[in-house]
Amino acid sequence: MKKNTSKRNVLLRNIILFGVIAIFVAGQVLALGSNSNPEPENAAGSAHNEHGTPEKFKAGEMIVEHIIDNHEWHILSYGNFHLSVPLPVILLDNGRLVSFCSSKFHHGHDQYKGFAIAHEGEYKGKIVKVDQARFASEGIITQQEGQKLPLDFSITKTVLAIFISLIFMTWLFIYIARMYEKRRGEAPKGIQSILEPIILFVRDDIAKPSIGEKKYQRYMPFLLTLFFFIFTNNLLGLVPIFPGGANVTGNIAVTMVLAVFTFLITTFSANKNYWLHIVNTPGVPWWLKIPVPLMPIVELIGVFTKPFVLMVRLFANITAGHIIVLGFISLIFIFGQMHPAFGYGISIVSIAFSIFMTLLELLVAFIQAYVFTLLSALYFGMAIEEHH
Amino acid sequence: MELVSPGIGLIFWMTLAFGAVLWVLGKYAWKPIMKSLHDREEFIDKALHEADLARQEMKELKFSNEKLLAEAKEERDEILKQAREIKEKLIENAKIKANEEANRIVENARETIQNEKMAAMVDLKNQIAKLSIDIAEKLLAHELSEPKKQKEYVDKLIRDARLN
Repeated sequence: MKKNTSKRNVLLRNIILFGVIAIFVAGQVLALGSNSNPEPENAAGSAHNEHGTPEKFKAGEMIVEHIIDNHEWHILSYGNFHLSVPLPVILLDNGRLVSFCSSKFHHGHDQYKGFAIAHEGEYKGKIVKVDQARFASEGIITQQEGQKLPLDFSITKTVLAIFISLIFMTWLFIYIARMYEKRRGEAPKGIQSILEPIILFVRDDIAKPSIGEKKYQRYMPFLLTLFFFIFTNNLLGLVPIFPGGANVTGNIAVTMVLAVFTFLITTFSANKNYWLHIVNTPGVPWWLKIPVPLMPIVELIGVFTKPFVLMVRLFANITAGHIIVLGFISLIFIFGQMHPAFGYGISIVSIAFSIFMTLLELLVAFIQAYVFTLLSALYFGMAIEEHH
Repeated sequence: MELVSPGIGLIFWMTLAFGAVLWVLGKYAWKPIMKSLHDREEFIDKALHEADLARQEMKELKFSNEKLLAEAKEERDEILKQAREIKEKLIENAKIKANEEANRIVENARETIQNEKMAAMVDLKNQIAKLSIDIAEKLLAHELSEPKKQKEYVDKLIRDARLN
């Protein structure tokens, strides 16, 4: 009887798991299909322009649109109905602070206070000072020649996603810290026991071997925050609907900031031995250092390439994963435009591959968080390594 | 191109938010969590170590118990052996003493008998002497009336005395 129940439970769990993944993928298809034409000329219909002729589906444009930042958080469109979360626009224009709601742009079709999102040109997708003459004549928003671009400090989709994930993390870990204090000396329980192995993994398999038993404790707060920030956002990035779906760790500005944090901590905790190693690299022939300081130059470049590589690796891995999933889903619409039957036919293959990729992305989400944290820890370890 | 050009706003917000959360979590979450984990590990280590010690002690205690038991057994055997020896010795001694006593008693008895016998003999002799004297007296009183018979009688007496 008991065996029977457990069997049924496993089956039920599998069905739920499969269902959740299927919903995720279906959500991606929906979000993608509805959001495929946010350009002004397509506002009237989801796949038809003003003249009623079918608009060609541009997979590349659509994919890029999904992985870059945005001034509104689009959830779905159905016909003329657009559901999106408007976000605050904050601009610094010649020392003047301007802020308003992004819904004033009417999904990028309109200008407000002389600002709008550029349709084309060098600043495409960015908020510019509108070239009024061209907007009046052609309806296309471009940057006014000779004007300085306003500095954009808007709470964009990515910024909001960062805030949401960080607030979530703050709540979660302070809650767990309370549990640890309340249940001092007892075995972990509930959510605490889910996260404890990960915390111990970061401590015992990342920090301790890389930095060393003596000094690893100083770096634990950064390594844990870093790991959980990347891991949380990687996972949230796989959820197609709000508040997930923002491409946080696949955004180069985000990975850059993380890499800069690693770089600064490495540089400021570096000891004499580390700098000596750069200036006078041991174990290489003297003529590589004098008269032309070839090795010191290589080492110095290395100091900067290390965080640079961290930045690019995380960005590229997450972005690539998203592009592949979006690519598979785009196939449905590309084929669907040839003939609806083709679209339905290919959807089986596309969804199968998307599920596979999503599962792979789950793995990548963990691996990339692990790699970024491990390499950061290794760099810290190098910086404080004692001479032997 | 927008994909790989970091925006200033995002960098600004990301640095601010991440820095703030890093500080808050470092102070209010990671510190107590790491401390609790460390404390718990130490506690478990200590408990295991203590259990090990206790086990060792038990082993030693058991060993010493066994040793004690063996020693006690040995001692008991020794005592028993000694007791047996003492018993045998006692019996032996008693036997010897009894023998001696018996011998002494027998000897005493014999001596007494001898003494008694001697006394009896003396007494007897005395009695006989007295009797003899009495007889002699009577005889003398009777025989001396006749000189011949008197002589005869004296001779006979002499003869008898010599024989004696």
